[in-house]
Amino acid sequence: MPALWIQNARVIDPASKRDSLGDLFIANGKIAASLSAADKKRAKKIDAKGLIACPGLVDIHVHFREPGQMHKETIETGSRAAAAGGFTSVVCMPNTAPVADSAGTIQLIKDSITRTSCIRVYPTGCITVGMKGQTLAPIGSLKRAGVVAITDDGDCVQSNELMRRAVEYAKMFDLPIMDHCQDHSMTVGAVMNEGIMSTRLGLKGWPHAAEDIIVSRNVILATYTGAHIHMQHISSKNSVEILRRAKARGVSVTAEATPHHIALTDETLATYDTNFKMNPPLRTEDDRIAIIEGLRDGTLDCLATDHAPHTDYEKDKEFDFAPNGILGLETALAVSLDVLVRQSKFKLPYVIDLFTRKAAKIVNLPAGNLAEGAAADICLFDPEEKWTYDAKAGFSKSSNSPWHGKTLTGRVKTTFVEGRIVFENGKIK
Amino acid sequence: MPWTRRHLITLEELSLAEIDQIHATATAFKKILGRSVKKVPALRGKTIVNLFLEPSTRTRMAFDMAAKRLSADVISLDGASSSTTKGETLRDTAENIQALNADMIIIRHAASGSPLYLSNILDIPVINAGDGAHEHPTQGLLDTFTMKEHLGSLKGRKVVILGDILFSRVARSNIHALTKMGANVTLVGPATLVPHWFTDLGVKVSHDLKSALADAEVVMLLRIQHERQSSGHFPSLGEYTSMFGLNKTRASWLNPKAIIMHPGPINRGVEIDSELADGDRSVILEQVSNGIAVRMAVLYLCSGGQPESVVTTD
Repeated sequence: MPALWIQNARVIDPASKRDSLGDLFIANGKIAASLSAADKKRAKKIDAKGLIACPGLVDIHVHFREPGQMHKETIETGSRAAAAGGFTSVVCMPNTAPVADSAGTIQLIKDSITRTSCIRVYPTGCITVGMKGQTLAPIGSLKRAGVVAITDDGDCVQSNELMRRAVEYAKMFDLPIMDHCQDHSMTVGAVMNEGIMSTRLGLKGWPHAAEDIIVSRNVILATYTGAHIHMQHISSKNSVEILRRAKARGVSVTAEATPHHIALTDETLATYDTNFKMNPPLRTEDDRIAIIEGLRDGTLDCLATDHAPHTDYEKDKEFDFAPNGILGLETALAVSLDVLVRQSKFKLPYVIDLFTRKAAKIVNLPAGNLAEGAAADICLFDPEEKWTYDAKAGFSKSSNSPWHGKTLTGRVKTTFVEGRIVFENGKIK
Repeated sequence: MPWTRRHLITLEELSLAEIDQIHATATAFKKILGRSVKKVPALRGKTIVNLFLEPSTRTRMAFDMAAKRLSADVISLDGASSSTTKGETLRDTAENIQALNADMIIIRHAASGSPLYLSNILDIPVINAGDGAHEHPTQGLLDTFTMKEHLGSLKGRKVVILGDILFSRVARSNIHALTKMGANVTLVGPATLVPHWFTDLGVKVSHDLKSALADAEVVMLLRIQHERQSSGHFPSLGEYTSMFGLNKTRASWLNPKAIIMHPGPINRGVEIDSELADGDRSVILEQVSNGIAVRMAVLYLCSGGQPESVVTTD
């Protein structure tokens, strides 16, 4: 493979605190300090004037639906959507069919990743057998099979005792536990945030207290066991505050926010559009602002999409009966640039850090930096380009996105994995 | 002002002038219902489908009767006899009804938002006959119509809605109509069934029955559903009745000329004592009768009729 020479880019690598106009050199799939004169002559040159070159984005929370629900998404189509969004490493959730609670299923997923994925996909395993919250899954065997974390995402372990044992047991393998924080007893039949909007619309509400209680539980367990617990897709102001206080005390907890929770509120549900139905639900403006502030002060550690594909016919029904979840990979960067950089005045390198180094660190992925010798996983994007997102023409197998038809600013131009172009100018290579 | 709406989905979206137009049209139709021949040819040749995917007695019969009084042909489908039991989607069911050349669809559904969803899919008018806990616009219209018959203008009148507000589509529709008409609305019941969020809709929320009922000119009771007890919203029907049931003593706190309303079905001895339900202050059966005239007005207007033309419909 010839060397690669990305010229005239604004190179932003938060891991090395680099933010400068310049070049990036890639040799043998790795970041190089420079190229020899001979290599420079032969190198494929890419003029990146006006573009930003940053580490390939990292998403520690996606649903690729394989095995079992491949009509919604496959590892192949999900990885293409990820590449189109600038992501080079993603962590896929285990709520497949069957759920990923055995080494055999993990091997099946890994085989498919090897065969079909155009980016790096890392599997997770379940915390409990069948994700039923009753008995521990074979966590050690799952680790040996290659999972990077365990989670019952889509569900939440309700038994405090079982969660405590899971945390203690997983710590032995240095395996992060990620938790979808939801007290089921408070959310039976709930389809949106509980509040003024659910009152108006006559829909069953999901009170933020149901998230806050489990976040508090997990803070207590992390304190008690000394283990690390990662809180997924935080949606409530109170949860942010609980985490802020825990972190100030040095408790080993981390948390993520999604682009949709920082961009949208439950006001968007006024027309019962199921493309705004998700779990946890969109909440109020106060919650939205609190999450942004949580990202600003480091209470929330990273951004993650919770990319959750569903077919048109599954979403095209009465609001109560439509499944939760929306696409996220192809719009995440543009939406986050809009909300965090343009509206909330975050520094661009800080936002890139949330999508790269900080995300990778939570589950110990070898990704998220442009250090010399690191794999040349790179995202090249134009922060100013306006484009209209057509979810139906996207790379995911599904099109359930609240941003379908919306004009976004900031577009991924090229995505490299180990120095190889996997996405360029709207096409998968 | 001409009537311009094709669908009736919510009272929240209706203006006061539109509510008045429906009421005026209902008044004209009510006169027709007093004649020996109670039928007009306004919708002759039109086919209306009653798609009731949730159980109903009076609403379904009232719509059925209203359509027949307008000379429309009516086909009724319920959940058990429709293909939804075979897994057919609501979209497919509705598109088939439209393909069969129906001229209007009346839908009752347990899922909030379903009528709006259908109105975005279909080319024919959609009338909401109750969607989940969202709205029941014709009930709100017939309730306010009945109040106006007894009180005249509702501006400044004190109206109390008592009971399970949280899960009540009737309450929501009435709140939207009554606040537009200038009434002072107070919601009363246990905190678990009357959350504070409702104040955002321009009403008062109270958990003190005595002060809420004091001098009220209308008290509207809502049915207490037994399943709310098992979901922890109140300890027992007995406790509910002892705290919030309307009995003779509590009714004495009302304005002497106050009327007692209930959209039905009634749990006698739970939310209201029988003697009050059947007493001379009760207008419960008038509500049912008025339901026909109001629904005739809604069907007529949404089919393209105009308020000022009602008198010539026969």
